[in-house]
Amino acid sequence: MPLAGRDGAWPHGARRGEEQAMIEVTVNGDVRELEAGLSVTQLLESLGLQPRLVVVERNREILDRARYDGTPVEAGDSFELVHFVGGG
Amino acid sequence: MQADVALEIAGRRFGSRLIVGTGKYRSNEAMEQAIAASGAEMVTVAVRRIDLDRTHEEGILHHLDPGRIFLLPNTAGCYTAEDAVRYARLGRAAGLSDWVKLEVIGDQRTLLPDVFATLAAAQQLVGEGFKVLAYTNEDVVTALRLEDAGCSAVMPLASPIGSGLGLVNPYFVREIKTRLHCPVIVDAGVGTASDACETMEQGVDGILMNTAIAEATDPVRMAQAMRLAVAAGREAYLAGRMPRREVAVPSSPLAGMLA
Repeated sequence: MPLAGRDGAWPHGARRGEEQAMIEVTVNGDVRELEAGLSVTQLLESLGLQPRLVVVERNREILDRARYDGTPVEAGDSFELVHFVGGG
Repeated sequence: MQADVALEIAGRRFGSRLIVGTGKYRSNEAMEQAIAASGAEMVTVAVRRIDLDRTHEEGILHHLDPGRIFLLPNTAGCYTAEDAVRYARLGRAAGLSDWVKLEVIGDQRTLLPDVFATLAAAQQLVGEGFKVLAYTNEDVVTALRLEDAGCSAVMPLASPIGSGLGLVNPYFVREIKTRLHCPVIVDAGVGTASDACETMEQGVDGILMNTAIAEATDPVRMAQAMRLAVAAGREAYLAGRMPRREVAVPSSPLAGMLA
C-alpha cells in the first residue's frame, strides 16, 4: 500500500505504480508515502486541497505561495498544512 | 449633538465597535447570520492544521468573504511566545493582512494571559511589521508596557475567556483607557447585553466577544442585542452619566405644592 494515508485512502490524483520511487514525508503529524518528484503544488492537489486556501510550513519554515510550484517534496520533509477555522 | 467618530485601529476605520469571534457556532450558517446581525466589520479566526481525513469545507474561507469582512487571525491556544510568533506568521502567510490578535495563555484553568510571554511576543511581532492587538488582563502596568512595545490596540479582559461573568473590574479597565493612547478593546468575559453596555460605558473603544453570542440559545438574536448594547453603552458614555448620590433628589418641583 505504498501511497496510502493513515486511513488507507488513496490521495486524489495519485497513481499506483510499482516502478515509481517512493519517499516518506510527514504531513500534519502523519507519515505518508508519496511518489518521488512531486512539487508542493502537486502534493496539495493530491490531498484535494486548493493551494490558495492553504498555508504551508515546510521543515518549520513558511513557504511563500509563489514557490509552491517550484519547490520539490523531498524525502524526510515535514509539512504543516494549515488554514483558518472558527475562533475567538 | 455630534456624531461619534469611527473606531480606528492602525489607520483602519471600522463602522462598528463590536468585533466578534467565529468559534463554537452550531453551524456555519448560524455563524454567518450572527455576524451579519452583530454588524461587526472585523471577526477573529484561528489558525489550525487542516484535517486531511475530513471534508475541507471546514475552512472558514469557504464561508466568509475576506473582501467584505476583515479577518483577524489569532494565536489562541499558544502557551509560549515562540508558539504565538509561529502562529502569527502562519496567519500572515495566508496573505490577507499583517494583523494579529496576540494571545499567549499562562494558565489552563483560568485561561489568563502570560503577560511576560505576551510582551515578549508583542515586541518580536511589532519588529516584524505586524499590527498587534494584544489580549491581556486588566493590569494597568502590563497594558502600558504593551502600548510601549508598539501594539496597535491593547485588549484587557472583562473576565476569563468563555466565562460570561461580565466586567469584574470596571475601575482598572477605566484606568487603562484613561492612561493609554492606543485603542482599548475589551476582549473576553462579556456574557449578555447588559455586560456589553456596562463595558462600553467605561469609555473603552470597543468589545471583542465570541461565546456570549455563539452559546446563546438564539445566537442571531443575541448578536443583534449585542449590537444595540454596544451602541447604547457608547452613547451613554459620550452623553456623560449623572452623578451617583446616596440620597434621593425629587424630580418634581417642591414649589407650588398646595397649602
